[in-house]
Amino acid sequence: MENTVLLAVDGSDGSDRALGHAIARAKQGGAKVVVAYVIEWSPYSFNTPEENAQRHSRRESEIERANSEIVAPALARLEGEGLACEGVVRHGAPAETLIDIAKECGAAQILIGRRGHSGLKSLLFGSVAGNLIQTAPVPVVVVP
Amino acid sequence: MKRILFLLLTAVIYAGPAQAGIDETINNLTAPIATFIGQVVFFKVPIAGANLPLVVLWLVIGAVFFTFYMGFVNLRGFKHAISLVKGDYADPNSAGEVSHFQALATAVSGTVGIGNIGGVAVAVTVGGAGATFWLIVAGFLGMSTKFVECTLGVKYRNENPDGSVSGGPMYYLRKGFEERGMEGFGKFMGTFYAIGIFIGALGIGNMFQSNQAYVQLNTVAGGALDGYGWLVGLILAAVVFAVIIGGIKSIARVTEKVVPFMAVFYCVFAIIVILMNFSSIPMAVSNIFTGAFTGEGVTGGALGALIIGFQRAVFSNEAGIGSASIAHAAVRTEEPVTEGYVSLLEPFIDTIVICTITALVIGTSQVADPNFAGDATGVAMTSAAFERQISWFPVPLAFGALLFAFSTMISWSYYGLKGWTYLFGEDQSLQTVYKLIFCAFVALGCVVQLGPILDISDALVFLICVPNILGLYFLAPIVKREMQKYQAKLESGEIKKFKH
Repeated sequence: MENTVLLAVDGSDGSDRALGHAIARAKQGGAKVVVAYVIEWSPYSFNTPEENAQRHSRRESEIERANSEIVAPALARLEGEGLACEGVVRHGAPAETLIDIAKECGAAQILIGRRGHSGLKSLLFGSVAGNLIQTAPVPVVVVP
Repeated sequence: MKRILFLLLTAVIYAGPAQAGIDETINNLTAPIATFIGQVVFFKVPIAGANLPLVVLWLVIGAVFFTFYMGFVNLRGFKHAISLVKGDYADPNSAGEVSHFQALATAVSGTVGIGNIGGVAVAVTVGGAGATFWLIVAGFLGMSTKFVECTLGVKYRNENPDGSVSGGPMYYLRKGFEERGMEGFGKFMGTFYAIGIFIGALGIGNMFQSNQAYVQLNTVAGGALDGYGWLVGLILAAVVFAVIIGGIKSIARVTEKVVPFMAVFYCVFAIIVILMNFSSIPMAVSNIFTGAFTGEGVTGGALGALIIGFQRAVFSNEAGIGSASIAHAAVRTEEPVTEGYVSLLEPFIDTIVICTITALVIGTSQVADPNFAGDATGVAMTSAAFERQISWFPVPLAFGALLFAFSTMISWSYYGLKGWTYLFGEDQSLQTVYKLIFCAFVALGCVVQLGPILDISDALVFLICVPNILGLYFLAPIVKREMQKYQAKLESGEIKKFKH
């Protein structure tokens, strides 16, 4: 378990580059890669009754889509390189949830791609990588 | 879709000029029916000079019974309810499902409405300051009724093949009685409830709301909207159409976000007004207590104040009517009783907090100046009480009333829809038919005279509390068992808080 790295993906170019870095890193140290995708969600949002009634099936299809479109391709590439890997998809606040997953799988490091948002955008919406750097209990590598 | 909207719009535009004719015809057709149904449902018994509608007595006896039977769960369960809403017991693996907070927020935005602003003013006008005391007592007792009905709503809900859920009194009435070997009776009760909530949704949850929103807008505009009810109705109907048929979630989402904000905004300003009337607070509070027990100057004395207080509380928090359990049924939980705990907070927020604050705004204004509102009552009276201290407040208040009305319409469109799907199945095109009817009634609410139509729907909404509470008595032992099992699990540590 010591030698596990957590790779946070979101389907962007940055997360592709992070995947490349993870492959190189894992090959060097023989590490296992846990590929995680967090679907942004808050338990404190306000919904219409109809949205609530359909929430359960929505959640399942969101997870299915995240798995097939984002996590599975990454896993396929890792497996192609002969690396041990595992995928996780979860709902929640991105940075917090990634930290929870990192703790659960005992990751020694978190890898994340840089989105490269402009100053104003990241000022308004914050950035997952930035939050991780401030709050993660393990080293965080931000891949440019 | 656009064609349907167009047809709807033309229908309403034509209804505009012909307003007077339509009004008269509808009134003539419905008045006798309304009078009859109203007389039956709100059958009044004269007691000590006051008139007590039996249906209110029925609701109050139920609330008192459930409070004792559940061992004052409204007091005992309060802290646990807050803990559940905060998410202390939420399993991280079920993240992404409907949370307790979301279910509560949705149900509250369906209950908090015009009644919290205007209904209280009516209570104070008719029942005196003492009515406020009984309003709070009724809110407190109503918490127990909610606990029972919302637990059952989750326990007996249907999970549809597409993964969505349908729940509410029609389901627990049918399945609950079926379990006790009374299949036919259960079917009858379920169907009866479904018809009631479907028709009631068109009145209390629809026409009444759009009508009051129009009236308040027109008041603020100084009567500039006189004769333009059809236009306001049309715009409101178009927005409701966009949300419930067009599926334009952004509008719904904006409202759902703005409504809680408006509720907080309303409470903050109400507290400011109460503090501005500082010197009148002791007198206003003492009026509430003396009025509650002496009923000075009120028809029927203390009993009259009590009746009015209870009646208005039920109108406002809907405990015993069962509507909220339709919204609460959507939550994902292993333990249905957890949603019961959470639902306790609904009458608390709606009646004990918001209604009481409104009552104090009016009460302190009355002490300072007995004639502050002139002849005004309802929303206009509350508006005048605010205006005494903050001259510009009626404008945001009108805006708030419009939003409250809108969110209540969205919630009730769903309650009515669930009654409809219970009767006619989950077929999508049939659901669209219902939604179109709903939109048409939104527009009509601003055009026609409400009188008899509203009386019918009001009466039906109260009529459905008869099967609902009867069912609650029968099913209460099940809820009690669930509650005891759950409490044992909490004590033994089988159900734990999750670290977040």
